[in-house]
Amino acid sequence: MAARTGAAVAAVVAAIAVAALGVAGVAQEKDDAAKSIEAYRQALKDGNPAELFEMAGEELWKKPAGPRNASLEKCDLGLGPGVVEGAYAQLPRYFADTDRVQDLESRLLTCMETLQGIDTRAHVEARFGTPRKDELVALATYVSGLSKDQPVKVAASHPRERAMFELGRRMFYFQAGPHDFSCATCHGEEGRRIRMQDLPYIPGKEGAAAGWTSWPAYRVSAGQMWSMQWRINDCFRQQRFPEPVYASDMTIALSMFMAATANGSTMATPGIKR
Amino acid sequence: MANPMRIRAAAKDGITEVRILMNHEMETGQRRDSAGAIVPAWFIQEVTARLNDKDVMSAQWGPSIAKNPYFAFKIKGGKAGDTVSVTWVDNRGESRTDNAKVT
Repeated sequence: MAARTGAAVAAVVAAIAVAALGVAGVAQEKDDAAKSIEAYRQALKDGNPAELFEMAGEELWKKPAGPRNASLEKCDLGLGPGVVEGAYAQLPRYFADTDRVQDLESRLLTCMETLQGIDTRAHVEARFGTPRKDELVALATYVSGLSKDQPVKVAASHPRERAMFELGRRMFYFQAGPHDFSCATCHGEEGRRIRMQDLPYIPGKEGAAAGWTSWPAYRVSAGQMWSMQWRINDCFRQQRFPEPVYASDMTIALSMFMAATANGSTMATPGIKR
Repeated sequence: MANPMRIRAAAKDGITEVRILMNHEMETGQRRDSAGAIVPAWFIQEVTARLNDKDVMSAQWGPSIAKNPYFAFKIKGGKAGDTVSVTWVDNRGESRTDNAKVT
């Protein structure tokens, strides 16, 4: 009898020990999962299909097109006509010719209009994943690749750039929609995640860099190349906000907020995401 | 027309490592579009590689290979300056050949 009680007690003790192990095990599992996701990303980097989009974008950049049958090779991305190397690391910025603060994609539209004579309304209105947007995403991917490993230089020192940064910051914290969401709901606190996906804390330099310097990116699960405009557009969808107009000031403001917050970090474009 | 591949080939200690990124939809034939119609199968079936003029690798692929495939393999032999040539043929009969110099 005594022996039986002893066995029962031992069993209870063992059960408690197992429960304790279980709690430790969950924390351990989380770390392991995050680590294995990181290992997966590293493995993918070797053959990033974004390279295929860089190649396609380069071809589009150099191919004469539009009513003027001109290429985009003389496009001024902020460092002078035709300078692509390092240009993406210094965008968004103020452009005197358009009297606007522009990100890469809005600037590409400007060049398509001024150099090639293309009416870009159809490009602005086209859905992501359709041919006109695919062109812009490929072009953005090509341009971004020529800023890889370059330091982000977006100081927001021009008054118009400063105003854009402030607008972006306000948009980031703006709460609205049926779920009363804001960008900050997901990206305004350190250490947040959705399922196993760590979410960058955008108001901090490290988090802003994690976001800003890794787009455009190839999304393996979808087999799609996404530009920053597409990324922001989808953030609006996830917040149940009305769809933002492509390359509109509001989207540029958010890019300005991220880029200037990430100022001084290193571009890793084009990126790869699972 | 088929889009270009990106091929990188590097020789080290008598072994040449070839890494290829291919641009292909690789449709399985199992997927339906928004209208509910089957998206027809469309995938690479044959991959061959040559080192200079010699066949060194051939593979038969099916619909289970991912979109925009990444493919790496090692060849015995090969040195800097050699040419690696890769060809794929898909089930529509379309094909693409690209070359790269071994570094």
